[in-house]
Amino acid sequence: MLELIVISTLNGVLFGMLLFLLSSGLTVIFSMMGVLNFAHASFYMLGAFFGYQLTKWIGFWPALILAPLLVGAIGMAVERYGLRNTHKHGHVAELLLTFGLAFAIEEIVSMIWGRSPVDYRVPELLDFPAFTIFSTNYPAFKIFMLAVSVLIFVVLLIVLKRTRVGLIVQAALTHPNMVAHLGHNVGRVFMLVFGVGCALAGVAGVIAGPALVTQSDMAGLLGPILFVVIVFGGLGSLPGAFIASLVIGLIQTFAVALNGSLASAFGPLDPSMGSSVLTDIWNVTIAQIAPILPYVLLVLILIVRPMGLMGTRET
Amino acid sequence: MTAAIEIRDVEKRFGNVGIIHGLNLSVAKGERHAVIGPNGAGKSTTFNLISGHIAPTSGEIRLNGDLISGLRPFEINRRGLSRSFQITNVFARMTVWENVRCAVLWATGHRYAFWKNVDDLPEVRQRTAEILDDINLFHRRDVPAGLLTYAEQRELEIGITIAGGADVIMLDEPTAGMSHAETERAVALIRRLTEGRTLVIVEHDMSVVFGLADRISVLVYGHIIASGSPDEIRGNPKVKEAYLGEEAT
Amino acid sequence: MTDAARPASPIAATARSQDLKFYAIWLIAAIGLVALPMIFPSGGSLTSFSLIGISIIFALSYNILLGQTGLLSFGHAVYYGLGGFAVVHMMNAAAAHGWPIPLPFIPLFGGLGGLCFAAVIGWVMTRRAGTVFAMISLGIGELVASSSLILRSLFGGESGITTDRTALPHMFGWTFGPQIQIYYLIAFWVMIAAIAMYALTRTPFGRICNAVRDNPERVEFIGYDPHVVRYLACCFSGLFAGIAGGLTAINFEIANSAYLGAVQSGLVLFATFIGGTAYFFGPILGAILVTYLQLGLTSLTSVWQLYFGIIFIGIVMFSPGGIAGILMMHRPLIRAGTLRTVIPSYLIALLPTLVLICGVILGIETIARYTANQGEGNAINLFGIPFNATAPSTWIVAIAMIVGGYLVARLTWRRIAEAWDRATTGARDRGYLA
Repeated sequence: MLELIVISTLNGVLFGMLLFLLSSGLTVIFSMMGVLNFAHASFYMLGAFFGYQLTKWIGFWPALILAPLLVGAIGMAVERYGLRNTHKHGHVAELLLTFGLAFAIEEIVSMIWGRSPVDYRVPELLDFPAFTIFSTNYPAFKIFMLAVSVLIFVVLLIVLKRTRVGLIVQAALTHPNMVAHLGHNVGRVFMLVFGVGCALAGVAGVIAGPALVTQSDMAGLLGPILFVVIVFGGLGSLPGAFIASLVIGLIQTFAVALNGSLASAFGPLDPSMGSSVLTDIWNVTIAQIAPILPYVLLVLILIVRPMGLMGTRET
Repeated sequence: MTAAIEIRDVEKRFGNVGIIHGLNLSVAKGERHAVIGPNGAGKSTTFNLISGHIAPTSGEIRLNGDLISGLRPFEINRRGLSRSFQITNVFARMTVWENVRCAVLWATGHRYAFWKNVDDLPEVRQRTAEILDDINLFHRRDVPAGLLTYAEQRELEIGITIAGGADVIMLDEPTAGMSHAETERAVALIRRLTEGRTLVIVEHDMSVVFGLADRISVLVYGHIIASGSPDEIRGNPKVKEAYLGEEAT
Repeated sequence: MTDAARPASPIAATARSQDLKFYAIWLIAAIGLVALPMIFPSGGSLTSFSLIGISIIFALSYNILLGQTGLLSFGHAVYYGLGGFAVVHMMNAAAAHGWPIPLPFIPLFGGLGGLCFAAVIGWVMTRRAGTVFAMISLGIGELVASSSLILRSLFGGESGITTDRTALPHMFGWTFGPQIQIYYLIAFWVMIAAIAMYALTRTPFGRICNAVRDNPERVEFIGYDPHVVRYLACCFSGLFAGIAGGLTAINFEIANSAYLGAVQSGLVLFATFIGGTAYFFGPILGAILVTYLQLGLTSLTSVWQLYFGIIFIGIVMFSPGGIAGILMMHRPLIRAGTLRTVIPSYLIALLPTLVLICGVILGIETIARYTANQGEGNAINLFGIPFNATAPSTWIVAIAMIVGGYLVARLTWRRIAEAWDRATTGARDRGYLA
């Protein structure tokens, strides 16, 4: 039992940090530019596939540097040639552009790499158990993932709080129009922010790829959860995104690990009751409902506190 | 006699920044009351507080004796208070006719009706036509509101505000950006449309203020420093110092 | 949808002629629906028409939210799917218990299914608007789609729930087995649903929906609660989407979790937006186009979804008003008589633009065959010209067409813009707002 809790906590925190890597980029982009990048999870997927392909050609460690840069470059191009032109048509048009983009990216990835999972392996350097808790070996690669996430988080914090660019971004988080009025080259700042946000998503993809399944549907699976994180934490709030990422990461990881159900706790229902909604609910395990738990949280937060945990901005 | 609008000890803070301090104001029924003051004094904030756009941090606001502070704008509107906006706030993609008609629908009792044909309601059509006549925009009724000239949009703004038949009308800088001739026309329009109703108006154009108002209140740094008849205000030394300036001798 | 300023004419006469035109359009549509199977009687055509009809109802229902009330939803298929499941359960129950409900009335239960869910979840969903509403709709869509795999008794798991559309009491001697009878059933419901949804736009509620779309803040100051308006719009939208889903369930005699899924939600968004959200007939056009494309392209190429995505991005970037928007843009020109100013520039631009598009198609198809190893061989058949996907000549031709086509086409597009400038100035001079 204790082993389950420790392992699940580690995995949950890891998943949470991954979600935060993604949601932080998304939050900064949204706060600054007012556009919710529907294709954010697609850039994550691109990072994973570029990481896989580059690892095959030049090895994992160069890929770790190069793949996010590529993804960031694509992000900058999307901002420069896509979003900037759609901006005049309003936020709905921008959101729809990123939606179309997400769709197109998924199709292109399927086209090039197929629809089955690709064999993205953990690099040999990290392919050993870091430590053994009780009877389980905890892989070193996961510790590596955790370390990279924390490192990026710390760098983000320093950049935001201590540098001039970070100051501008912080200001834009709450007063984007004002930042434009202050004479900064808003176009270039936007391009940079969008590129960095996408590069962050790309990094998450490169390091998550070997641990999770790298497949052309990974954006479609992770995307909705990402948006739940954003709404749950409150749009435009980085601390909110952090808390929401950890909460959802932990909840889902724990749920998947638990195999309990009402049936296992209270015994099976009378078989003569046949098949009905009641028997379905009675027999379903917590692990089976794990995928829908984030959405249940979404409905709850909407009822209780519609602006999210720490929401400050209306759209 | 109950005042139309009564504001008592209202404070409004945004975070740590206090915008309105100890605001006290009373507007009698049927009175034409102007609120003047330098930029940043909090005039629009006061309007937003009264109309329900924002809620006061503390204090009370009453409409015809009923407490309205903290209510949603539509609840306050249904109690008989209507306001216009400093930045023109019409329904840009709908025609002038439809703009005014929408403003008329609630007051004529049609609410959320989804079983009636809106073109088949004679009293709605008549009232819409009357208001369009009043604001001299009947000939432009089929133009999308976003394509009107600036002055026409301001007039439409006023039209939408009075269309619902509210007793208390609040106009936020209705003549802002208008030429002299347009301003004169607008003032005549306002005087005619608010006959018998209570009017609260924020204005910068002193000729409009002194020509239209029964009483004037002066708002400086979120606080009313003087309130009285136009002559009293004109002669008030504090007001001259803060806002009107010394007269040339 | 009222006209821009028209030249002075007696109001009553104009109104009457407008009424006549209006009823004539609906009459022609009805006649067209009835006559269509006589012109194209093949089984494949009937199936296509049936699917297009359902798609029209679905897209129109989506536009109640998007075009009318300004609410972008990524999870609209939920109401569609629940309508489908409501129908199969109802049909199975009616057949089992011998209830006297003939098939034509069954789609109502689909509508009821969609409506009930919208009524329950809609109040919470519409507490926020704009981007947040879009995210919430996505989450709710995923919630229902995932739940459908858990609640097997209701949703039949991966295989879904089947039914028999001939098992209900017959009407006019029709068993509803043959596709032509199903087509007329669908056509009947298309007329009813379209008339109902159009009528909705002409009610006080419909007008206020538009006001909420244009300026939700202002709406509060004319006495309306935007939340209530959005909620009611959500309910109506769910009702008609449920009818569409019910008809699909009848048509295929099955309802499964794919009806509820993200792909279905995406498709209706595509159809409605590409058609154009600002006009009532926009989603109708979009539904016809998207369904037709879907049916046609699936057999031609394996990456048809990519083409959808590209078309969608193109529309978003260059013509957010959709096809209807593009068409209606020409109306002032037609009435002012200046349309012939732009037609030559269109014709000149046609060839280079076509070359560009064909080059892009060739490029995509080549990459598709080259990388994914589809097992379809290396032959690409473009307008009957065979290309070998692995031959370098194919690559060169594709790149040449793309680059060359783009460079030339850009010049012609500039000419179109100039011609438009002249045409609109001409229209304005004659008093037509352009």
